[in-house]
Amino acid sequence: MPAAPLLELRRLVKNYGGVRALRGVDFELRAGEVHALLGENGAGKSTLIKTVTGAHEPTAGTIAIAGQPVTGLTPKRAHELGIACIYQQPALFPDLTVAENIALRLEPATASRRVDWRSRRERAAQLLARIGAAISPDSEVRSLSMPEQQLVEIACALGAGARIVIMDEPTASLTQKEQHLLFAVVRDLRKSGVGVIYISHRLEEIFDLADRVTVLRDGESVGTRQVRSSRGDEAGGPGLLTARPEPAEGSAATLTEAELIRLMVGREVAQIYPPSESAPGEVVLALRNVGCAASGVRDVTLDVRAGEVVGLAGLVGAGRTELARVLFGLTPADAGEISLRGAPVTLHSPQDAVAHGIAYVPEDRRRHGVVLDLPIAHNMTMAVHRRLFPDRWLRFGAEQALALDFIRDLAVKCAGPDAPGGSLSGGNQQKVSLARWLATKPKLLILDEPTQGVDVGAKSEIHRIVRRLAKDGLAVLLISSDLPEVIGMSDRIGVMRGGRLQAMLPGKSDPHDVMSAALGQGT
Amino acid sequence: MNRYFRELSVVGALGAVLIAMAVFAPAFYQPQPLLSLLTREAPTLVVACGMALVIICRQIDISVGSMFSVVSVCAGLLAARGWPLLLVLPVAMLLGALLGAFNGFLVAGLRLPSIVVTLATMVALRQGLNMVRQGEFVNMPDAVQWFGLSQSAGQWLMVAIALALLVALGLAMRHVAAGRFVYAVGTDAEAARLAGIQPQLVTFLVFVFIGAFTGLAAMMNIVQSPQVQPLSGMGLELKVIAAVVVGGVAISGGRGNLWGAFAGLLLLACVAPALTHLHIEAYWEKAIQGGIILLAVVADGVRSRKQN
Repeated sequence: MPAAPLLELRRLVKNYGGVRALRGVDFELRAGEVHALLGENGAGKSTLIKTVTGAHEPTAGTIAIAGQPVTGLTPKRAHELGIACIYQQPALFPDLTVAENIALRLEPATASRRVDWRSRRERAAQLLARIGAAISPDSEVRSLSMPEQQLVEIACALGAGARIVIMDEPTASLTQKEQHLLFAVVRDLRKSGVGVIYISHRLEEIFDLADRVTVLRDGESVGTRQVRSSRGDEAGGPGLLTARPEPAEGSAATLTEAELIRLMVGREVAQIYPPSESAPGEVVLALRNVGCAASGVRDVTLDVRAGEVVGLAGLVGAGRTELARVLFGLTPADAGEISLRGAPVTLHSPQDAVAHGIAYVPEDRRRHGVVLDLPIAHNMTMAVHRRLFPDRWLRFGAEQALALDFIRDLAVKCAGPDAPGGSLSGGNQQKVSLARWLATKPKLLILDEPTQGVDVGAKSEIHRIVRRLAKDGLAVLLISSDLPEVIGMSDRIGVMRGGRLQAMLPGKSDPHDVMSAALGQGT
Repeated sequence: MNRYFRELSVVGALGAVLIAMAVFAPAFYQPQPLLSLLTREAPTLVVACGMALVIICRQIDISVGSMFSVVSVCAGLLAARGWPLLLVLPVAMLLGALLGAFNGFLVAGLRLPSIVVTLATMVALRQGLNMVRQGEFVNMPDAVQWFGLSQSAGQWLMVAIALALLVALGLAMRHVAAGRFVYAVGTDAEAARLAGIQPQLVTFLVFVFIGAFTGLAAMMNIVQSPQVQPLSGMGLELKVIAAVVVGGVAISGGRGNLWGAFAGLLLLACVAPALTHLHIEAYWEKAIQGGIILLAVVADGVRSRKQN
């Protein structure tokens, strides 16, 4: 009788309100396997993890662990069933020692029991030794580096007898050397029969480490493939699964890379985007080798013309928001040259940026775009006090008029200019945030994820507004993780990766090319 | 239209107390004791105006009592040396503003939590004053009393100064752009920054303002008695914060106004004379004031729970 897979998900569905985050995912994890999970931003990877760790209950579908169907999974139950998750930012107590942290996870949560310090320390030392980590059980967690903290997490997982270990982008903040150490530990886990779900954006890691890979797209699993490593597994030693195929010479790996990318982006651009109607005019923004060490932006050279929408594509953390923050003076550039309409400028503060006609509609409108407690009218005039009220004395008539103009112009659905920003839907909040910046009569408009969490109707309204603004001569820099959107809306597409502008592609490019550039693969 | 419900309910409570006094203890409404009551509260109102700004900006300043004492003693010494009051007044306000600027620099410039910063300056100023002065009183020349006016004229002038400041600042908070910046920073400093407002500058300035107002309040205090007591500002911070919070200014910032703070101040100030006139023991004053504060905080908590 063949052993049941460690974890089996069948037709898993998860709805958040009206949003379908998972639309039917099939996934299987075997013992002694590293199974990579791949997908664009928002493809449903985090949601999938949350259902497996018991943080969220699936709306429909089944979860089976070692062949046993499990319902009503809670974090505690998942822990007992041997499921452990290692996050990018380990959730340890920084002021406690390693041994104490491990003990907190493993010992029963009863307040009135004797603490056996010696056995605590011994167990911690044993677990750490098992994964080959040179960490003293007595060191405080705050003194450890990020990868060391991840190792402590893994030690906790081992100590709890975890059979299923989930790693969510574990290498995002690691150096090359730390990464090798971590990979060695993962290979050891595999050798001891643990099933590892490995989430990463880095294709090379997947080829280096994974046995199989499942691709998620729009909340569905679109395919599971056997990984054919082109490099072998030099650090794995005898722990390698004997079933793993010998490294094939030549282009096997590249073929699979291309196939993976095709799986990730394989959707048609279903939505109709408003056509570009404007001929690009003068260069409004010119960047020459712009960099900012503090935020990791490096060597960006880019032009944005009047009447043009330039999209910025890339994965989360590729440096797109960081570039926007450089341009808005929030983290000033320390290298290169920024020119606006031909004149070099220094942008050291948002005030500088506004004075030069730059507007930035930030990413997280609930946190930074709209002040939820303040009325819509106050929100809309927040950036134009100097111009609207030259003598500093507020004129409520002028303010109401401006607010009413924008409410009509952008079709903001609200009870009136005095309604608080928090009373609006996401799409309408975004319009208020947009209105605040349009009121400054900018020359360059930077939109950071303008349609994130916005319903479909409001989304296409925002698209039409952006197009109309471009037609009226505004230069628009559009940051979006929504691949069809950034392709459909942009006249040109800049693809960022690791803080650099990786490629400059024409509008309506093949999604495959954009994703390849974002992943750092040649096409 | 319940935007000002919170403020109106405090005004309603104050009204109820005043009506109750008219019915049960009409003697409360004698002009001279009432004027004295208002005069006593005038310096508190001036500081409360500053405290309302600070709390709306999502900060707190518990060093006002110590600042008040330091400025009182310094201004008293200058006046005792024969400096003209018209010169002592701006010097006192400037000294207050400088002390406030020090707090503001630590909070806004170094981004330290205001409760800790002002706790430190509260203790440091108080102890510094004790060390230098050893608790000695300052005797004031007669000419300083009531700004050199008659007692009742001086009292009216004092009440007028406090009310004028209240009205000017209250209007400014609603009608001047800078006032709205205080609300924006208090609600969401990062959102305000992204809208081109300078949250650190706004925060610094509210501390300067409360310092200057405390300086003014100290002046208004020293002209009321022939001696300056170095302990005169003890407990002022609690009184002022209580008034502001009872008046509906959210301790979490961004909400409330000066009119409410004024109503809160009057409500708390009425407790002691009301008790006297109703022949209830004065021990109850603090308990009743505490009850009012609790009630206000609970009301705010319930309301914000409902909103979410």
